[in-house]
Amino acid sequence: MGRIQVNNLGKAYKQYPGRWARLAEWLTPGNSVRHQLKWVLKGINFNVEPGESVGIIGVNGAGKSTLLKLITGTAQSTTGQVSISGRVAALLELGMGFHPDFTGRQNAIMAGQLLGMTAQEVTDHMPQIEAFAEIGEYIDSPLRVYSSGMQVRLAFSVATAQRPDVLIVDEALSVGDAYFQHKCFGRVRSYQAQGTTLLFVSHDPGAVKTLCDRAILIDRGTICLDGNPADVLDYYNALIAPDAIDSAIREGTPNGNGTRSGSGVLRILEADLLNENKSMRALVAGQPASVHLRLQASKPLEDFTIGFLIKDRLGNDVFGTNTHHMLQALEPMAVGEIKDLFFDFPSLALGPGHYSITLAAHASADHLAGNYDWWERALVFQVMPAQGIHTIGLCHMTLTCHQQAVHVAS
Amino acid sequence: MRFVIFITSLLRGLHAYRGFILGTVKRDFQSKYRTSTLGATWSVINPLAMIVVYTVIFSQIMQARLPGVESAFGYSVFLCAGVLTWGLFAEITARTQNVFLENASLLKKISFPRITLPVIVVLNAGLNFSIVFGLFTIFLIISGNFPGWVFFAIFPILAIQILFSVGLGMVLGVLNVFFRDVGQFFNIALQFWFWLTPIVYPADILPERVRSLLVFNPMAPLMQAYQGILVLGQWPHWGSLIPVMLTSLAFCCLGLHLFRKHAGEIVDEL
Repeated sequence: MGRIQVNNLGKAYKQYPGRWARLAEWLTPGNSVRHQLKWVLKGINFNVEPGESVGIIGVNGAGKSTLLKLITGTAQSTTGQVSISGRVAALLELGMGFHPDFTGRQNAIMAGQLLGMTAQEVTDHMPQIEAFAEIGEYIDSPLRVYSSGMQVRLAFSVATAQRPDVLIVDEALSVGDAYFQHKCFGRVRSYQAQGTTLLFVSHDPGAVKTLCDRAILIDRGTICLDGNPADVLDYYNALIAPDAIDSAIREGTPNGNGTRSGSGVLRILEADLLNENKSMRALVAGQPASVHLRLQASKPLEDFTIGFLIKDRLGNDVFGTNTHHMLQALEPMAVGEIKDLFFDFPSLALGPGHYSITLAAHASADHLAGNYDWWERALVFQVMPAQGIHTIGLCHMTLTCHQQAVHVAS
Repeated sequence: MRFVIFITSLLRGLHAYRGFILGTVKRDFQSKYRTSTLGATWSVINPLAMIVVYTVIFSQIMQARLPGVESAFGYSVFLCAGVLTWGLFAEITARTQNVFLENASLLKKISFPRITLPVIVVLNAGLNFSIVFGLFTIFLIISGNFPGWVFFAIFPILAIQILFSVGLGMVLGVLNVFFRDVGQFFNIALQFWFWLTPIVYPADILPERVRSLLVFNPMAPLMQAYQGILVLGQWPHWGSLIPVMLTSLAFCCLGLHLFRKHAGEIVDEL
């Protein structure tokens, strides 16, 4: 009970060149093919032993969700097959089959039946469902008066009311408040301990590392690595994620976006973020990084200042300085002269997250007098968690820890 | 052989999910009146109003008479016999053809026997029809128009009609996922179909040339059978129903075939 076998699994979507092509294909006798297959998954092979916990990781669009749909049976595979033994509970989306006008109790029964339980089974588990969801008297109120958190709690409680042989979780746990998330993970862990096989898809490397004893990395529709979570996540963070995230950020932020102002006496022609002389938008915390600017003057300049400011996703200032404060005198520039300027970070001490860089070129110590060029959100980048020590927060500080015994005089 | 395996797997799915099917039918019915004060009473008042309109207005106010029928309610009974059963047909086909589109999110996210969806539609429509037809039967008894034993001949005809509706609805339902124009087109076609079927008028008033075309309308013999039973107390000509029966079976097979062949693609397309 609880074994998952995936054999040469593949999924392709049919793509028709036009509106009428499908109709033509259906109506033409014989086996005329007018579509092209777009493969999103190909040659997937793996077995999950009963009681094992496997995390599936990969960037957006790698095919993780499609794989889960094939395993749970909502989508049909194009090649290969999946066999699962035992009762399966799939948390692909919580709250399916809920109706706002019915009470929590009635909805729990409906949702349970949709998941393959009988009304009697749900009723038997009701006290436990109520207790876990912690919605109190609301259980007999119509669902439309529930907060979204309460709905999720009820849905999770119903979906996991019985211990399944196989539990499939797709990021569904990343909903609700922190307290309930803890509770959900607690339940997943207790089922794991009782022998439930877990298949867990997540973007959260931390969760995969702690919940799973094996990880499978999916990249562009194929299995790229299958092994212990720490190794797979390191490989993912170092190789797959930066490239994929890099191209995603570049697609989302075309060159020259952001708002600009200033007299244009000195213009920032180009701005780039480098890692080991390679242009990157996805950096790993603690790695070296450089901000590279190309400047051009339209008037002779004796003295000027270049500054930058890193902001986090919410617009909070994280770190900023300028050449004036750094006591870095810049050489005078002639009309039309072009110059490259580099700010080098030996180690990027930012924590994982999304950041933007605002650039400024001005005459004196700050941009209030003689603003030449002010470029809001000139660069957008993401910092990936570092390998090694897991840290949280805005900063990625280097640190060590030591201990010392205290001898109390007797 | 593979078709037989397919059918048994469908039946097994239906059996396993019978609780879900019945629960959903009950819920769909309740949800309509859930927030109203009178509640389920509305489910009786609505069809009652409809029957009153057809009976009182046509028999008393408009004094409509059916040629060759003595009773004052003759035309009213004739009209109800056709309109009520046509309503069942229209509800099943129109809702089945949208059943996959309406439940797209469910189909994409949860693995459950898909065949339960059209079954729920049929049961829902059947429930609504039983209420309205039950009221109509009471009216027949009270007004002295109850035709006697021949009344029970309605049930096999209803069975054929439901089979026809589901088969047609399934074919349209699968097609509608891939070609959305099908749904739009059928809604218009349904209106023409209603007026091209002898429901509000008897077939005899049609010119001979047009009447001969009625053999191509599968709904016509069904309607005529209902009208014959309820208005004239005549047993239906079972022979005239054989073509409809065969058409229904053909549609059901085609519907199941399309469903089996494209079930996977339906989820991809939604």
